[in-house]
Amino acid sequence: MAHHKLLPRQYLILGLVALCAPLGDTCLSRGMTALPPVTLAHPLSLIAAVFTPWIGIGIALLIGFFASYLTALSWADLTFVLPATAFGNVIVALFARFWLHEAISPERWAGIVLITVGVGFVANGPSLTERPAPVTELPAIPAHQEVEEGQVR
Amino acid sequence: MNIPSTASPVGFWAAAAMIAAIILLSTTGEVLTAAAMKSIGDLDEIRAHSGMKGAIRAVVTCPLFFAGVSFLAFAFFALLLALNYLPLSLVAPASASLTLVTNAVAGKIFLKENVDRRRWTSAVLVCIGVYLLAH
Repeated sequence: MAHHKLLPRQYLILGLVALCAPLGDTCLSRGMTALPPVTLAHPLSLIAAVFTPWIGIGIALLIGFFASYLTALSWADLTFVLPATAFGNVIVALFARFWLHEAISPERWAGIVLITVGVGFVANGPSLTERPAPVTELPAIPAHQEVEEGQVR
Repeated sequence: MNIPSTASPVGFWAAAAMIAAIILLSTTGEVLTAAAMKSIGDLDEIRAHSGMKGAIRAVVTCPLFFAGVSFLAFAFFALLLALNYLPLSLVAPASASLTLVTNAVAGKIFLKENVDRRRWTSAVLVCIGVYLLAH
């Protein structure tokens, strides 16, 4: 397996994959909790919710996540990109701890450490599986050309 | 053996089947989407040559991409169904963490990715980490 070094632009895409999903989910959660309870009796209230600022930002961030995820999959292996998406969980937990001042249990700290080590393992390795180059067959030389070439010699 | 539930309790095998359905559908969706993006090629290069419209056209005209997205949508509905019967604290960590391992297996078998010892170790570490974090 050859070592495919990522460009800074590609690290940026992976960063967006890890950041956009948890931030989008957080915005959706904040927007939905600010709304009155949505019931099946009034389904149109869900459509109206899409146009509220927090939910709008959340949807835009999730679209950004999917676009960067697809871009990453176009130049890196699935088994390389997926741990980056899981790293989003760590970002959410750190946000919760240092921004929202929520308590994090020792089990969760252990989870953060394991995910970080796991992502570090993959990030140090190759991003793409090396494929053998397709063997291009030489065009067959027609029989009469071979004869002609033989005559010239 | 019963899975503890705050909604209607279901048996162990029913709970396992629901979580297995989420994992199977999600893994199929991820593998199909990854295969679609590999068949399309480097999106950054396509965007450099044909602009953003060209990149979007390349993605939305790929049937494999729609197959992948459809399976991801089915996985989402399977998750919603499971949440009707099982607690979120069981479904979310179990499906999120196990999907990492099944994707590593599927990536090796179907996408022929070189899942070496480094990637196996990472998949298992992240799987346990996600479980601990979300549990």
